[in-house]
Amino acid sequence: MSDMEIPYTVAARPDTGLNNGKIGIWLFLASEVMLFGALFATYILLRVGAAEWPHGAHYLNIPLATLNTIVLISSSVTMVMAWASLKRDDFGKFRLYMASTVLFGAVFLVVKYFEYSAKFHHGYYPRTNTFLAIYFTMTGLHMLHVMGGMAVNAYFWGPGAKLWKTDKEHFTNRVENSGLFWHFVDLVWIFLFPVLYLL
Amino acid sequence: MVVTELEAADEHGSHHEAQSFWRTYVFSTDHKTIGIQYAVTALLFLFFGFCLMMLMRWQLAFPGRALPLIGRLFGEARMPGGTMLPTFYNELGAMHGTIMVFLGIVPLAVGGFGNFVLPLQIGAPDMSFPRINMASYWFFFLGGVTMLASFFVPGGAAQSGWTSYTPLADIAGSGQTVWILGMVFLITSSLLGAVNFITTTIQLRAKGLTFFRCPFFVWTQFVTAFLLLLAFPPLEAAAVLQFMDRVAGTSFFLPTGLVVSGQALAVSGGGNPLLWQHLFWFLAHPEVYVLILPAMGIVAEIIANNTRKPLFGYRTMVYSLIFLGFMSFIVWAHHMFMTGMGTTMAAFFQTTTMIISIPSVAILTSLVISLWGGSIRFNTPMLFALAFLPMFGIGGLTGLPLGLNITDIPLHDTYYVIGHFHYVVAPGTIFALFAGIYYWYPKATGRSMSETLGKWHFWPSLIFMNGVFMPMFITGMAGMSRRLADGGASYAFTKPVTHYNQWSSFSAWALALAQIPFIINFFWSLKHGAKAEANAWQATTLEWTDAGSPPGHGNFKTIPTVYRGPYEYSVPGAAKDFVPQSERA
Repeated sequence: MSDMEIPYTVAARPDTGLNNGKIGIWLFLASEVMLFGALFATYILLRVGAAEWPHGAHYLNIPLATLNTIVLISSSVTMVMAWASLKRDDFGKFRLYMASTVLFGAVFLVVKYFEYSAKFHHGYYPRTNTFLAIYFTMTGLHMLHVMGGMAVNAYFWGPGAKLWKTDKEHFTNRVENSGLFWHFVDLVWIFLFPVLYLL
Repeated sequence: MVVTELEAADEHGSHHEAQSFWRTYVFSTDHKTIGIQYAVTALLFLFFGFCLMMLMRWQLAFPGRALPLIGRLFGEARMPGGTMLPTFYNELGAMHGTIMVFLGIVPLAVGGFGNFVLPLQIGAPDMSFPRINMASYWFFFLGGVTMLASFFVPGGAAQSGWTSYTPLADIAGSGQTVWILGMVFLITSSLLGAVNFITTTIQLRAKGLTFFRCPFFVWTQFVTAFLLLLAFPPLEAAAVLQFMDRVAGTSFFLPTGLVVSGQALAVSGGGNPLLWQHLFWFLAHPEVYVLILPAMGIVAEIIANNTRKPLFGYRTMVYSLIFLGFMSFIVWAHHMFMTGMGTTMAAFFQTTTMIISIPSVAILTSLVISLWGGSIRFNTPMLFALAFLPMFGIGGLTGLPLGLNITDIPLHDTYYVIGHFHYVVAPGTIFALFAGIYYWYPKATGRSMSETLGKWHFWPSLIFMNGVFMPMFITGMAGMSRRLADGGASYAFTKPVTHYNQWSSFSAWALALAQIPFIINFFWSLKHGAKAEANAWQATTLEWTDAGSPPGHGNFKTIPTVYRGPYEYSVPGAAKDFVPQSERA
């Protein structure tokens, strides 16, 4: 290691106890909290100001959303298992768990596709009313996050895994960081589900 | 990805191979190159935004009169016979604000100075995420190109002001959609930059460089990055909602029963136009501090260096800065007193607004007191830095009546507000940015800028800046509304003050001429400026004492170790009048 390499890309800085990537991902998540926070605030403001507000069940399919909640929580579990497998130096298990994480993500998207097309089929569009507007906007933005997370996870399952051969710790850290993002995406859904479907 | 990772690691090795032209100058991951890219692009945008304003000033000074020589170049749709149409005026107004704030000042202050100076001042070989840094610049560039392209879509660029207030912006022409796309690129860029700045400051400080040994400039960039990180996402959310309103036909910002041009709008309604204002100002008030904090950082460095004294109250300044950053998140609705908000809300926001003026005053006062008893070197950077103090002072003090509900209401929609915030950002921040350019130019290029030309730049700029903005307080207090395409000519009660519009306009055009010495100086000095020593200003901070001019790839031969605070000037008993931070105790 020469003197001029960027320090703490893998190892933690002693006084902060963190590596660069870990701080970076947490900062990114902080900004994401502000993004979705603004949207939840919008939801509250629109609902408080509305003369009448439909019950989520009137438009939305609660059983399908419950299924999707279970799917996403399972994917978070497999995500942790994938990272834990790397910590235990078991690359084969990592591949398996990471693949299931991506797969659960795909299941989520398929279910969401059926939900969306059912809405369109009934003539429910974002322009129909503000409830559907906020529903499509928030779940749509969440879906983009799911796709983003899947892309990163698929990358670490596939070509990105080459790093494992040269720098195990670095690769494990990266998977941990993408896991943090994935849990965040999961968490957003945990808020979206009751707010949009149940309340 | 893995291969590039290894390459990236290798690039930062002390013995690196020659890189291709593209990797060195265009798609570079070196923070210094990116900083210069940011600075040059931002300067071009500042100039472009200034040109838009000079066009507007013709219309304000001589409403309805054809612009000689160049008027016809803008086409029949915008300036038939050389006379500006109000829609074109609105285009220019909206884009002047957008370009100056998001493509000019912030990229220069944060992307330019932050990128170039911060890693050097903390003794880091580069930013913590060099490739994300490069992506940040290119997203910014894309955002800039998108904004420029919006002039060419049918109906022209955005016309709803830089604030893009709804419902006006919801029903405006297609240029507004392009504006939203451009903003999304710019928000992405600033997000990537902010993550990088914070991580770099936390992780890559050299050994011995504790937070309270960091130069004040580093602190300002650190706090600014937090503001960008946390304030921009709500605007992104707002942009998504406005995009949905415009493209998917939703009604987030459109109330029930909205009538446009005598016809009821065919939308579901149920939305809230004020929601946009809340989301927008939740960003845009912290954004005001994004504009001003780096300027304060630059001025602090230059004042300490040229008074040859430690800054007065360094710790107080840092605490004030942090408090200011925090408070800037809870003052936004003082931009909205005109919306008829309840007195409870107004009372809360005017209280927080008065509180936030305290740390600003503490910082400014510390800077003024720092001058006391110093043997001041009046070089060009110092002149600009000194001018910043009263100019920002005027901007700040004229803001107090705007922070109070009762005095804001008669003043808010007048030129008084234009005068107020321009004093903060134009003779305020922009002077600080000029100071910074003169100060760090020798570091970036290895050559000094001409002092003579610098003074030819400074004095006329100072006079004409005030010539532009001082009359606005008068016209504003006389009740002249802002945003009018004819500068108030259609109102009888503004007749006694409309001639001030011509003062402002002539000053603005003279201000443009005053920039010529700067432009000549900037390019001429690249080749012909006097060769600068590594520590051109006998400064104490790491970028001057431990890195060459310009610094090589990787910045330092060995990572410096820091033994002392940032401003040890004129230490009694020391051999020289400055003690470098890296000098062993």
